[in-house]
Formats: sequence, structure tokens, C-alpha cells
Amino acid sequence: MKAFTFERATDVDAAVASSAKPGARFIAGGTNLLDLMKVEVEKPAHLIDISRLPLRDIAETPEGDLTVGALVSNTDLAAHPKVRERYPMLARAVVNGASAQLRNQATTGGNLLQRTRCPYFYDVAKSCNKRTPGAGCSALQGINRMTAVLGGSDACIAAHPSDMAVALMALEATIETKGGSKGGRKIAIADFYRLPGDTPHRETNLEPGELIVSVALPPPPAGQQTYRKVRDRASYAFALVSVAAILDLDADKRVRGARLALGGVGTMPWRALDAEKGMVGAEAGDKAFAAAGAVAMAGARGRGGNDFKIPLAKRVVARTFAGLATSISKG
Amino acid sequence: MPQKHLLTRRLLGTTAVATAMTGVAARAQIPQPKDVQTAIAPAPSFPGNLDMNLDVNGRQHRLSLDPRTTLLDALRDHLGLTGTKKGCDHGQCGACTVLINGVRMNSCLSLAASREGDKIVTIEGLADGEKLHPMQTSFVHADAFQCGFCTPGQICSAVGMANELKRGVPSAVTIDVAAAPTASVDEVRERMSGNICRCSAYPNIVAAILAATEGVTK
Repeated sequence: MKAFTFERATDVDAAVASSAKPGARFIAGGTNLLDLMKVEVEKPAHLIDISRLPLRDIAETPEGDLTVGALVSNTDLAAHPKVRERYPMLARAVVNGASAQLRNQATTGGNLLQRTRCPYFYDVAKSCNKRTPGAGCSALQGINRMTAVLGGSDACIAAHPSDMAVALMALEATIETKGGSKGGRKIAIADFYRLPGDTPHRETNLEPGELIVSVALPPPPAGQQTYRKVRDRASYAFALVSVAAILDLDADKRVRGARLALGGVGTMPWRALDAEKGMVGAEAGDKAFAAAGAVAMAGARGRGGNDFKIPLAKRVVARTFAGLATSISKG
Repeated sequence: MPQKHLLTRRLLGTTAVATAMTGVAARAQIPQPKDVQTAIAPAPSFPGNLDMNLDVNGRQHRLSLDPRTTLLDALRDHLGLTGTKKGCDHGQCGACTVLINGVRMNSCLSLAASREGDKIVTIEGLADGEKLHPMQTSFVHADAFQCGFCTPGQICSAVGMANELKRGVPSAVTIDVAAAPTASVDEVRERMSGNICRCSAYPNIVAAILAATEGVTK
């Protein structure tokens, strides 16, 4: 690990001010950053420990939003009664990620910012445009079974690893920040992540020194919701494919509304808006659900090892919606 | 432990218990934290070191450490608390699990400096004096280990897991996430997936945890 200086921030403004120091990074749970520092993929010169800032509350606003402090642990988010009742797909997504120990330590803000688990990103002996811009991408011709089939470029096909962020995409969460050129702002999660293009090292639209302080969940849309994850092991593994889905049916079992987001297949948490639109008005059933899968994966491009993700994702989308329809018909 | 020429399964088991649990029988052989404090020379105060107080097993420790020191390395190398094990050092195996403010975490993925102000409990601090923690007793009764290396992490993790069940934290196998979860084989296996046992002693580990956890959730 490279040497760094360390300070513990006493308030949000002080943390933001300190971020101007050369090579400064915020650290909260540290489960991803410290891990990457050990293999010298991350080499901050100065760490600002934000773990004691008062950003640990989950509160309901008068508008019916649920505001989640950036330092709420993944466990506390999944365990919160309002999350379990109103946003079960979010609770499910969170408990499907990592291990219990990691969820206890990892934070909501940190989860949004976690880096890819592409093995070439971790291996400093291999080329990676995300780690060293312009170095080339070893995954394109390498072992790329876990990489993305949506949103990739010739510079990078690294998959986004988060489960939580996939549910937040489907729920249309808003990320609130402090610092940066505007002193703080609200960013819709749809505008938060960047496609790799030719700058895969820039993963979000956060500015240097901008600090996530909370995530707001609007009231959940009507319908049943769930999160389904397919992975190599039964537990504690990153997604091959995951699906966050909401389905709302009218009395004639026609689709009134749907939400669909995918994990494991995209270079960012992937919202499938066209698939959602295509479902509205359709009769709920295998035909409509298979079509949703096909539309969601229409732009997918396999690179060899990850080709299997395309048909797998289509099937998981169809099966997840079918499960929701069954659950709705059972009342 | 004294050297044995004829090692039986039972003797191996006893050795594992003593190493892993710092319990009643092991007190005489294994240095306790307060002895260790004087036995280990304090780290020299290099420029750039951070002074910090760590609260471990109810005792305050004043340390001067390189900022890069993880909590795991602080426990093992600077406080002599070697019950907590280093397996992968990347948060994948769970051998380094300790309780921080009652919550289980991987000590390898925490900087020691980040833990100033927290109450840290390691395997050495679970027993109440000479009385083993019920989870430790349950592991002994169920023979829930083979080599014993992962056992301290398994036990600390299991204690944290029982608290999480009590709080109603759902898991990936909880069918209704809004309902209160209960202990079951499936729940324990899922919730303990962050603790790897290279000997694959899982059947007995699950049995030990279920036996000790029933009182918590019923």
C-alpha cells in the first residue's frame, strides 16, 4: 500500500474543504477503497475519513420520499421497516450483494461508487484503460466471462458490480451532494453514471471533491416489485445477470406499468426504458415478458466469454416478470 | 499446548478449541491482553505515525501506528491478539471477523485509525471471565471445526448473525423481506456465507449456530 496521510472529518463542510488537498479521497466503509489500495490500484495521498459525519439517518419527507443518509450501512438500509415494506426490491438487492460482514461495513454512498471487479482492473501487470487511461484493454481479447454486454466500448467492457444501484435505477432515486462547483446538487440516478466511451476512468458525473450526502427514494410506483439475481454460487458472488422489476396489472391482466433495470450485464446499472414502454397495454403473459427481455437486450454485444449473458438475461427478465404476474394473481 | 506424540482426533480437537477460543482451559497457556501489552515493545513513533486509542475487549490501548495499519494488523501485531486470523486479507474469507459496536465486520478492510471511538470485541473478549460465550460452548458441543483456523471468525460472525436475526435484518433467502426472519438451516447458511471453512466443517458449524441461536429468535 502506498503511504498516505489521514484525517477524520468533523463535519461535511470540513470534509469538502479538505478534499482540495492533492490526491485526497473520502473513505467511509472502506471495503472497496482499502481493498484496492492494498493492490495499489488506488493510491490516494490523503484520506478523509467521513465515517463519523452525521449522515446515518433514514427519514420520510412530507412529500413521501424516503431519504437515506450516505453513511447508512447496506445492512441498515435493507433492514429498515419502510424499505422492507415499500421498496422490497431494494431490500432484496442489498441482501443479495456481498457478505453480511461487508454489508455491515459498506455504506449507501460507497456502494454507488464501488469500482468494477474486472480482473484486469485489479491486476496491475495487465493493461486497463480504466486504471491507466490509454493503456489498452486486456478484457476485450482476454477472459471476459464476467464483463458487460451493454454499454461497452472498444476501450472498456467492465461490468458495474452493484446490486443496490440496479434497484435504485428502477426506483428512480435521486443522489444529493455537497461540494463541487455548485456547492451541492441533486442528481437523478439516470444522470449519475457515465458510459465508458473513450474515458472509462470517469465512471460518474461527480466532480472532484463532490461528496454524496444522501439518496432520496420517491414513493414507489404501483405494482409488485422484486429483485432476482443469477450468479455462479448460491451466495456471496457478483451477478452474472440480475433484474430489478416492477409490474402493475389492470383488472383485465393487461400491463398498466412496468419498471426494469439490469445488473451484471451493463457497464453501468442498466435501465431498460424501451422494454418498459413496450410492455404497457400488453396482455400479461409469456409473450409480453419474452418481448421485454428481447427489447432490453436488443443492443447487446458479446465479446466471446460473455456471450451467454445475452440469452440468459432475456430469460431472467421473462421469468422475473412471470413470477411477479403470478404473485399478483394470487393477490 | 504441550507436545503430544500420539495425536488423536480428540486431541486435535482440543488443541483447536484452546487455540481458537482462549477459553477456560487455555487461560494458562495463552497470553492475555494485559500481559501482552508489556510483553510487546510499543511500535517506535516514526514521523507520519498516527496516535490513536483503540477500545478492544473493554480495555483502552494507546498506539502509534503507520496510517496504513489495518485493524486486523493492529490487533495481531501490535496488541498481540492473535485469535483473530488473517486469511485472505481482502474481505473474502471472514477469518478476520470481529465485532465492532456489536456488529460483525472484516477487520482486514478497516483502517485501525478509522476505528478510534468504537468498541471492538475479538474472540479473546467474548468469554465472560472463565465462562465461555454460549456460541463458543455450542461450537465445542457440536465439534464445529477441524483445523480451527477459521473458528474465531466463525464464532464472532455467528454472534453478530444472531443479533441481526433479532433485529429483523432480512437475508437473500428470506421469502418475505417485510416479515421477521427466523433461524433455519437455509438462513444460517446464507447469513454465514462470508465465512469460509477450508476443512468444510459446515454441517457442524450450522448445527452449532442453530443450537445457540434458537434462544435468540424464539
